[in-house]
Amino acid sequence: MTTMTDPPQESFRLSMLLNDTRYRSYTFQFIALIVLIASAAFLMSNLFSNLAAAGLNISYQFLGTPAGYDINQTLIDYSSQSTNARAALVGILNTLLVAFLACVTATIFGVIAGVLRLSNNWLVSKLMSFYVEIFRNIPVLIWIIIIFTIMIAVLPGPRAFRGDDPAASMVFDAFAFTNRGVYIPAPVWGAGSLVVVATFLLSIVGVIAYRRYATKLLYATGRLLPMGWPSLAILFVPTLLVYFIMGMPIGLDYPVLKGFNFSGGIKVGGPLIALWFALSIYTGAFIAENVRAGIQAISKGQSEAAGALGLRQGRIMNLVVLPQALRVIIPPLISQYLNITKNSSLAIAVGYADVTATLGGITLNQTGRAIECVLLLMLFYLTISLCISAVMNVYNNSVKLKER
Amino acid sequence: MSDTHAHSAAFVRTEQVPPAPPPASATGPVKWAKDNLFSTPLYSVLTVAALYVIYVILGNTLPWIFSGVWNTSSLAECREVLDGVSGGCFSVLTERWNQLLFGFKYPVDQYWRPSLAFVLFFAAAAPVLFYKMPRKLLLFTAIFPFLAYWLIWGGTILTPILALVGVVAGYFVYQRFVAGSFAAGFFGGIAAAFVVWIIGGLLIPDNANEGAMLRAVPSRDLGGFMLNMMLGVACVSLSVPLGIALALGRQSDMPLIKWICVVFIEFIRGVPLITLLFVASVMLAYFFPPGTTTDLFLRVVIMITMFSAAYIAEVIRGGLAALPRGQYEAADSLGLDYPQAMRLIILPQALKISIPGIVNVAVGLFKDTTLVSVISMFDLVGMIRGPILASTEWNGVYWELLGFAALLFFVVCYGISQYSQWLERQLATDHR
Repeated sequence: MTTMTDPPQESFRLSMLLNDTRYRSYTFQFIALIVLIASAAFLMSNLFSNLAAAGLNISYQFLGTPAGYDINQTLIDYSSQSTNARAALVGILNTLLVAFLACVTATIFGVIAGVLRLSNNWLVSKLMSFYVEIFRNIPVLIWIIIIFTIMIAVLPGPRAFRGDDPAASMVFDAFAFTNRGVYIPAPVWGAGSLVVVATFLLSIVGVIAYRRYATKLLYATGRLLPMGWPSLAILFVPTLLVYFIMGMPIGLDYPVLKGFNFSGGIKVGGPLIALWFALSIYTGAFIAENVRAGIQAISKGQSEAAGALGLRQGRIMNLVVLPQALRVIIPPLISQYLNITKNSSLAIAVGYADVTATLGGITLNQTGRAIECVLLLMLFYLTISLCISAVMNVYNNSVKLKER
Repeated sequence: MSDTHAHSAAFVRTEQVPPAPPPASATGPVKWAKDNLFSTPLYSVLTVAALYVIYVILGNTLPWIFSGVWNTSSLAECREVLDGVSGGCFSVLTERWNQLLFGFKYPVDQYWRPSLAFVLFFAAAAPVLFYKMPRKLLLFTAIFPFLAYWLIWGGTILTPILALVGVVAGYFVYQRFVAGSFAAGFFGGIAAAFVVWIIGGLLIPDNANEGAMLRAVPSRDLGGFMLNMMLGVACVSLSVPLGIALALGRQSDMPLIKWICVVFIEFIRGVPLITLLFVASVMLAYFFPPGTTTDLFLRVVIMITMFSAAYIAEVIRGGLAALPRGQYEAADSLGLDYPQAMRLIILPQALKISIPGIVNVAVGLFKDTTLVSVISMFDLVGMIRGPILASTEWNGVYWELLGFAALLFFVVCYGISQYSQWLERQLATDHR
């Protein structure tokens, strides 16, 4: 009877660090760690000796000192006496504002163009592919400059609105399109306006509840309640009633021409509009391709099967094609949103005060704190993109095909 | 039997009727228009709207282009010639042609050098782009970077020759040792190249640039579309190898290497290129050894290469992930080690899958080279916004200049994307 013996214990030899796969990875990682630490130490020592030679240090105290420059478009109170940190905050809000606006409109442009490009109408689909190719193949910086130039060249100056027989006139006496920007009415919140807003929010909840109930009724009994008109009625009738009962508390402050410029209302600056439009029409071309790819990824058999079940064209789209296509469309769509946020840093080319222009532009140049400003700037963009990536991961996990 | 039938029936056709042409309503342009343009009322409305849009666009631009002026020396003179007629002052393009292409500082009598480098670039790129070309031409591709450097920057020919000798020495060392172990060959080759460069660098005299065959041109004198092309070509070709390394590192089993690559890629992808360019222009100089000066062009190339390498790494990672698991296992079962498996089996397939993605990144990168105008380098956009629009002669000529820039970029980028589609068809081996 043979007895099992342990295999002979191989003694450790130095050459095994390179030749034995069990140890080799440790060797490589150790070398990588050494290289990493050495290069970091090299760069840091360079940095500190260079800073010492230039008489600089790393300090974030400049954030607390007055910025000393004006910003023409702000969402929060700001004056040239505010701190640099406040200026950076103004910039951050401006970045988020233009990114949000551009995301909304780029999605609209992209979906329309993507759907139309798939249409059977030869002319329209060719026109849309022309749009997509033109905008995808020309740098966004050139588009931003072109659209800013168009705005300045085509729209009239505020002085064209003056006189008895003005060259330009306001649209509905409420909107003024000038080359300095667009003036729109500003809402004035009077006493009791809170009630109106609350009613409106409640109506939205009501609409959702009604539609849930209708769907449930349909599945339970097969009885189909009308959806369209009741939803609209629930949405608007109570709010309008409350609005008039409360004595019309929400008014509008119209822009009025005074002297050489408009006053009152909200001024949406020219650079913001140019950047907004350029980003949305440029990214819209990319989104159009994503939408097209998503719809084409759904096999024709799906819509044919839905048709065989007797569904109408609209319901086939809503219930069968879109839910599947969205799974393909949404991930690249979110990465396009990320691109919009990052491309909005080109605001510096048209003088829109986003965070790159305030923190990375004027503050950097005035204080000379290059390293601190650029690091803060990167930190901001990194935070935004990590947040968006996190949202995307959550979504991807929620719509992932549940396979066994 | 057929005879009796023929006699009994009243009439039987004995010859074939010639096929009649389809009715006019079911053929030709009318039918096509009916099917493709006016099939439903909604489509008819869309067609009319599209026609109107095309009419408005063409109706405004065509007269403007055709009545354009090509040979005046200033905007005022051009407006005089036009005399109120709508037309483009394209003479800004003819008059500032060299500035648009080469920037405003490059020595005028040396324009032939970048032009020659541009022409040779096609010869160098051809064997890479078209794999049916003779393989011997790749030798020229290998020499081209050094030749182009010498042509564009000028100065002593010793510098590019030294660089070339270093690369050749590294290559021979690699060939000598790679049969034993890939790592030995790879690192040995790099070490050999550095030894040659350091020794050669000590041998080249300091005043070598004086009396050189080609006058030395400093990097800050580069500009115009040439700068865009140089940045695009240099950064794309440098970032592909770096991207492959990053992608392999991210797939690696070694946690430390994996995390270095993940942090690098995610960091670069999370920030806009413009902040990286700020790093290049105001921050990177602090990280070089004290006393050395690195010119802005090199710093920008470093940052853009890192930027596009991160994106290319993600594309290649997709390609690696798309390969079936069996390919990796097959390589293992053949007894190949990691470098062999990667070089011979995995990467050729993964790179083929990644080609469209890599080309997308390359097109995006080429478009992004315009951003260097923000850190006051005078590339094509920088030239237009800076010296040309600010000059007294051409202050106010927007459309012609911006249209020209847009056209140049469109031609190049559209060409690249068409090439990529052609290559995809050529490489399609799955017989579908």
